[in-house]
Amino acid sequence: MKVLVPVKRVIDPNVRPRVKADGSGVDLANIKMAMNPFCEIAVEEAVRMKEKSIVTEIVLVSIGPAQAQETIRIGLAMGGDRGILVQTDMAVEPLAVAKILKAIVDSEKPDLVITGKQAIDDDSNQTGQMLAALLDWPQGTFASGVTKEGDKLNVTREVDGGLQTVSLSLPAVITTDLRLNEPRFASLPNIMKAKKKLIDVKTPADYGVDVTPRLQVVKVAEPKKREAGEKVADVDALIAKLKSVGAI
Amino acid sequence: MALDPETRQQLIETVRRFVNEVCRPNEQLLSETNAIPDAIVRQMRDLGLFGLSIPEAYGGLGLTMEEEALVILEMGHTSPAFRSAFGTNVGIGSQGIVMFGREDQKHDWLPKLATGEAIASFALTEPDSGSDAGSVKTKAAKDGNHYVLNGSKRFITNADKAHIFTVMARTDPDTPGAKGLSAFIVDRATPGITIGEPEKKMGQQGANVCDVVFDNARVPIANRLGEEGEGMKVAMSVLDRGRLHIASLSVGIAERLVEEITRYGSERKQFGKPIIEHQLVMGMIADSYAEAAAGRAMVLNAVRKYDAKDKITLLAAATKMWCTEMVGRVADRAVQVFGGAGYIADCAVERFYRDVRILRLYEGTTQIQQIVIGRELQRMAKAGEI
Ligand SMILES: Cc1cc2nc3c(=O)[nH]c(=O)nc-3n(C[C@H](O)[C@H](O)[C@H](O)COP(=O)(O)OP(=O)(O)OC[C@H]3O[C@@H](n4cnc5c(N)ncnc54)[C@H](O)[C@@H]3O)c2cc1C
Repeated sequence: MKVLVPVKRVIDPNVRPRVKADGSGVDLANIKMAMNPFCEIAVEEAVRMKEKSIVTEIVLVSIGPAQAQETIRIGLAMGGDRGILVQTDMAVEPLAVAKILKAIVDSEKPDLVITGKQAIDDDSNQTGQMLAALLDWPQGTFASGVTKEGDKLNVTREVDGGLQTVSLSLPAVITTDLRLNEPRFASLPNIMKAKKKLIDVKTPADYGVDVTPRLQVVKVAEPKKREAGEKVADVDALIAKLKSVGAI
Repeated sequence: MALDPETRQQLIETVRRFVNEVCRPNEQLLSETNAIPDAIVRQMRDLGLFGLSIPEAYGGLGLTMEEEALVILEMGHTSPAFRSAFGTNVGIGSQGIVMFGREDQKHDWLPKLATGEAIASFALTEPDSGSDAGSVKTKAAKDGNHYVLNGSKRFITNADKAHIFTVMARTDPDTPGAKGLSAFIVDRATPGITIGEPEKKMGQQGANVCDVVFDNARVPIANRLGEEGEGMKVAMSVLDRGRLHIASLSVGIAERLVEEITRYGSERKQFGKPIIEHQLVMGMIADSYAEAAAGRAMVLNAVRKYDAKDKITLLAAATKMWCTEMVGRVADRAVQVFGGAGYIADCAVERFYRDVRILRLYEGTTQIQQIVIGRELQRMAKAGEI
């Protein structure tokens, strides 16, 4: 079966983000970017399914600026087969992403889409669900385990209070949670080979999708500075302290 | 062929990530157990680190010297014993075959070295032959289709794990000095080879050196690298490249130490302010930063000249000498900036202080580099090149 994996270029999770002075957003000038960690998990899952011969082809899609090609290349180096870059310099919102992905699904006809459950930049956690709705496909969100059983996929989901397993008929959408797998490092030979894999470059207009933002960012602010902690001598002092601040 | 900038950048970033996420958290463990965890060696193999310098046709990455140096600069940001695990396959252990091997020799060994399935060591040093490499005593006497090797080698990195050795031995007992030496690929499985116990060392725990003893070890003539008498040429070509590799490593470590002292200096407070604000401490940190930056520039200049096939002996010796001495100074300052904490075992700077000491000794001591530089300059003066 064929899998489509969308991968997003985001601020590297290891760098400390800075808010722009005017509060309009996060300052990305000269900031190191990387593949969204949840997307990495999605690629890894697809590659593992390919290694188990469940999957035959992995198509990676990124929607973003020209540099998002690099993100696709990393996925190709991890084991993806080819890529599609939908190039735009606009900030694309989850609904627009879902619409573009739907159009790509319509033309590529994959049996499965694996997305990250959310991107670490805007933490929307919407794209996979919206895509499933637009396609009218079953969805298994927050996956911590995926197994194939007959022509169905069993997806174990991390839900409040425990684990839930759902059985999806294909085609379907899966969104990945943190514990689904530990993504591999792309090997150095595969990074070199990835250069030869094909990346198609498209625009949102090619898919007839209007990406004009519908949401307005009012303000982005740094989180409140954490105040220094306080050491207490013993359990009694701790309880007294917690009481005094009204925590218990 | 050199990589395009984007691929090169991804390669380096992948190694950086590997260093940060896999190696650095395990530095202490490596030091305490004197061994690199198998899982990490496997990851190094999967990453392709063993094949950095082996041509693509034989399953390696075929990196240019500049690209190799950039990878090794990254590897310098963690305990150098990690680098040592694949260092001999990339450098001194394999390069004799890459540079001087016949097609069948390359075919037999390079693919296995590139994946890390086989480990290669370089065996030149002997109990009585160190800096004076031309005085090697190990004998290789021709007998039918074989050479019979007798003698012992000392301080051979990765000998305990090696599958093959590039061995320098005397094929011509009547020719003293370098001209009587030849190079051989010797299979570890050859009867008559004994590997000594790993030495207890000052630093770089997890990277072993052992004696290698040859007692009537019969090595097929087909395993000779190059012609009889070319042993020193093989060794010196391998070492020119190796010196650039060691210089890159030294600069990488200096950069790591600058990071350590900058962070510590900014956090540690004495006399009511971070110690980095005391000018004498600031000076040590600034000097270290500047020296590491100078080292990087020197290495990059030298490796580009190497790739451009310029004559490199002089510059390689100078770069190895300066960068290894430099990291020694930086490591010494790092302990100073850390104060007492820098003297306590298994604080990172205490470890690096011991780890870097070897860099000024192997692949030619500083004094030997000075001799190479001096001789080369004198030769150039005589030839009217200066
Ligand atoms: C951890 C480690 C790993 C090693 N790995 C390998 C390996 O993989 N393969 C291998 O073949 N060897 C290896 N070696 C050996 C290493 O290359 C030698 O130790 C080094 O070349 C110095 O030789 P030596 O120890 O015999 O010192 P010596 O040659 O005895 O030198 C002692 C001192 O005298 C100085 N000196 C010597 N001759 C002169 C001169 N003419 N003028 C001025 N000063 C001079 C030296 O600079 C040094 O300060 C390793 C050594 C160590 C410790």
